[in-house]
Amino acid sequence: MSTASPAAGLAAIQPAAPRRRLPLAWIGLVPFFLFALLFLIGPTAHLVVGAFQTPEGGFTLDNIRGLFTPQIMAAYWISIRVSAASALLGAVIGFFLAYAIVHGKLPPWLRPAVTTFSGVASNFAGIPLAFAFIATLGRVGLVTVFLNETFGVSIYRMGFNLLSFWGLTITYLYFQIPLMVLIIAPALDGLKTEWREASAILGASSWQYWRMIALPVLAPSLLGCFLLLFANAFGAVATAFALTGSTLNIVPILLYSQIRGDVLYNPQLGFALAFGMIVITGLSNLFYLWLRARAERWQR
Amino acid sequence: MSGARLGPWIVVGLAALYFVLPLIATFEFSLSMLRGTWSFEAYRVVFADPAFRQTFGFSVLAALATIVLGALLVVPTAYWVRLRFPRLRALIEFVTLLPLVIPAIVLVFGYLRLYNSSSWLPFTGSAWGTNLLLVFGYVVLSLPYMYRAVDTGMGAIDIRTLTEAAESLGAKRRTILFQVILPNVRAAVLSGAFLSFAIVIGDFVIASLLNRPAFGPYLALIGQNRAYEPAALAVVAFAATWGCMGLLQLLGGRAPGSAAAPLRVRRKAIP
Amino acid sequence: MSFLDISGVSKSFGGNTVVRGFDLAVRRGEFISFLGPSGCGKTTMLRMVAGFEQPSAGRIVIDGEDVTHRPPNARRIGMVFQAYALFPNMSVGDNVAFGLKVAGRPAAERAKRVDEMLGLIKLAHLKDRYPYQLSGGQQQRVALARALAPSPRVLLLDEPLSALDAKIRVSLRTEIRALQRELGITTIFVTHDQEEALSISDRIVVMSEGRIEQCGTPHEIYNRPRTRFVAGFVGTLSLVEAEAEGAGSTVTVAGQPVTLAEPVAGSGRRPVTLAFRPEALKLDAGEGRINAIRGTVEAAEFLGSVVRLRVATPGGTLLADVFNSPAAPPPAPGETVVLHFAPGDVFALDGEGAAPAQAIAAE
Repeated sequence: MSTASPAAGLAAIQPAAPRRRLPLAWIGLVPFFLFALLFLIGPTAHLVVGAFQTPEGGFTLDNIRGLFTPQIMAAYWISIRVSAASALLGAVIGFFLAYAIVHGKLPPWLRPAVTTFSGVASNFAGIPLAFAFIATLGRVGLVTVFLNETFGVSIYRMGFNLLSFWGLTITYLYFQIPLMVLIIAPALDGLKTEWREASAILGASSWQYWRMIALPVLAPSLLGCFLLLFANAFGAVATAFALTGSTLNIVPILLYSQIRGDVLYNPQLGFALAFGMIVITGLSNLFYLWLRARAERWQR
Repeated sequence: MSGARLGPWIVVGLAALYFVLPLIATFEFSLSMLRGTWSFEAYRVVFADPAFRQTFGFSVLAALATIVLGALLVVPTAYWVRLRFPRLRALIEFVTLLPLVIPAIVLVFGYLRLYNSSSWLPFTGSAWGTNLLLVFGYVVLSLPYMYRAVDTGMGAIDIRTLTEAAESLGAKRRTILFQVILPNVRAAVLSGAFLSFAIVIGDFVIASLLNRPAFGPYLALIGQNRAYEPAALAVVAFAATWGCMGLLQLLGGRAPGSAAAPLRVRRKAIP
Repeated sequence: MSFLDISGVSKSFGGNTVVRGFDLAVRRGEFISFLGPSGCGKTTMLRMVAGFEQPSAGRIVIDGEDVTHRPPNARRIGMVFQAYALFPNMSVGDNVAFGLKVAGRPAAERAKRVDEMLGLIKLAHLKDRYPYQLSGGQQQRVALARALAPSPRVLLLDEPLSALDAKIRVSLRTEIRALQRELGITTIFVTHDQEEALSISDRIVVMSEGRIEQCGTPHEIYNRPRTRFVAGFVGTLSLVEAEAEGAGSTVTVAGQPVTLAEPVAGSGRRPVTLAFRPEALKLDAGEGRINAIRGTVEAAEFLGSVVRLRVATPGGTLLADVFNSPAAPPPAPGETVVLHFAPGDVFALDGEGAAPAQAIAAE
């Protein structure tokens, strides 16, 4: 460290000096890459490799084949449906909410208020969220009781159940919508007022502006947010776990039970289950990157 | 009048209803432990439970460790990449976004397999090792938020000019990083820290699978066995999340350094 | 018969009035500039013509049709924005075709018009490029072509040059003017740059604090500013305190007599302020320059074709532009010089005199 100052002084005089120091500069990045390798990439790679290995270490496709049982396939299917539904609804509602606070000409204090609340709510996932929704829409929840006593509408008799597909989706929306607001607001800020004005003065209607300019410009961001929301819901364990125990058969819960107690009676099948999750979230992200690259031609 | 139109108000109003109702319902439920009257009985029971204090304290400590470790990892890296390896930025960003793609449950499954007591790096062999692994896992989970916040913060200030200015005044690299760059991205670090805190307090799956006595598994246990206490705990968790944010902002506003740091550098430079 | 008629237009936001009592009649094919400092209401007035803002009072009539309460998309107006505002998801050709497309014109007609317009701005080879691949100057020319493609009745230009480099600014303004002449389109051009307004306009409307200060040809505005604000805002002006006595057109500056072209208003012994353009003051007598003021050179600023002298006189500091001559170096600071000028080159300003230094700063 004590040589830093003379070296800096030297660099100012001789153009060659920085080149001499460069070979050591990469040391500054070692901690980060080492950390990523040990605690992010390594463990993941280990599971991916394990998915194609026998307990003895030989190559096999049996683990992957083992996923194609009705029970596991049903778990994947309901996971995908809940994730897709909550991501789609979350993206649409979050988009409208974000648009209202960004371009809705509402009082200026509303935007920071909504953004701050979204920051908290998007992280209010997990177990407390499940408790909150049991108190709201459970069998003796506030809204359930209110609807029954005031309007005589029993949502449970109508087929609603918090421990079902729709119950889980409505609960997930509590963190999906705020997440959407947080990540789409900057993109909406990028929507220049001049584009709307330019299109109006050229004779376009509001609908033509949305169809021909605003939506095409926003499309990559909207899709990216949807896929992020999808992955977000797909990996969520705690809410579903606290809400339904292990009664609802979704992939993360199945994997959780498998890790805890080998419920599938095949340790290697856990690897395949995890691999399947990575494939689905990975594919959705690759799809997003591909779409973004296609849209990139007119983006900065 | 060019005031607000009706549509945006309706959207905001409906959203407010959806977001506030569960909070009201939870609060109301938490007050109704004693039949026929409203009371804070559920809270009394919860706060009297030593397990609550222990697990909550454990999670807060883990959160603080995560924030410190995360900041130590992210700030120098983001700084160094912007200063020296601008072409690696895309790669680093990709790596930091991976935790959004890889579910936490998959990650911790990998840890259990890779670092079990009979492996080459037996983190889970001891309680302290497992605690360390837990914090590392939390750092990974908070990486996307932390890195993004800090990197954006560094983009807002011209770190190259700041560095060169500090260098021309004779400051050393470590001095620059801790007394010039860090105070200037303090707000960004704090916003990343807040999210990290919320992630750690809210975590269930990592702590549960690593068998650590954290707040998340405790909540799950109470949820399975009690009726009113979970509602009280949910309110406490929500209030704690808000409280932490307020506290961080308060600390952030009063933390020493942002204005004084350049002066300190100058004082060192002139003997 | 005017083509665009703005009568009695005012605009307030809350309690803040930004345009008051604006009256203007624009002839068909005329090029009008709104000139003024930021916040003078020129952009708000332009946006009311476009239809983005509603006047609080008054009427806007285009070609006999009252458009005051028509939405922007029904006004048949073209507009170019300061920040280009090209649609980023469309190629240059699609941008230019946009107005025709939303009007439902057939594809063949659109294609023909796009080629025609791109030919006009000499960017036909960039038809398939996207906005981000163009330079600022190119983007602004495409924005111009896009605004003109649907054959609007009026063209509005909202500081279209201020985001560009100095060099492109000058060449593009020449191009805009040539194009406007060729198409004969009625145009309003908003700018805060007096040089731009003077060089390009048929008439200039100088605005300040929401009001029209003066409306006239560039020649009138520059040489016969009607108010102190116009005199200070357009061109460089230096002021000298003088004293008038009785009727007549002679005043004294620190004891030296100065003859004006017109008699000074008022009577008795009274102070007057004299205003000079830098180019009116010469170092040599001749061509009717019968007045002279003696002073000391404080500084000489070499600007290329001219040298700007700062001369301290007993009545105040004067700026004088003298032609650069390779044969003779400019006067050095400390030298005493005599500034000569004709009676028509100086004008007396009425009202309380502003501090001379202030007027000098207003360039």
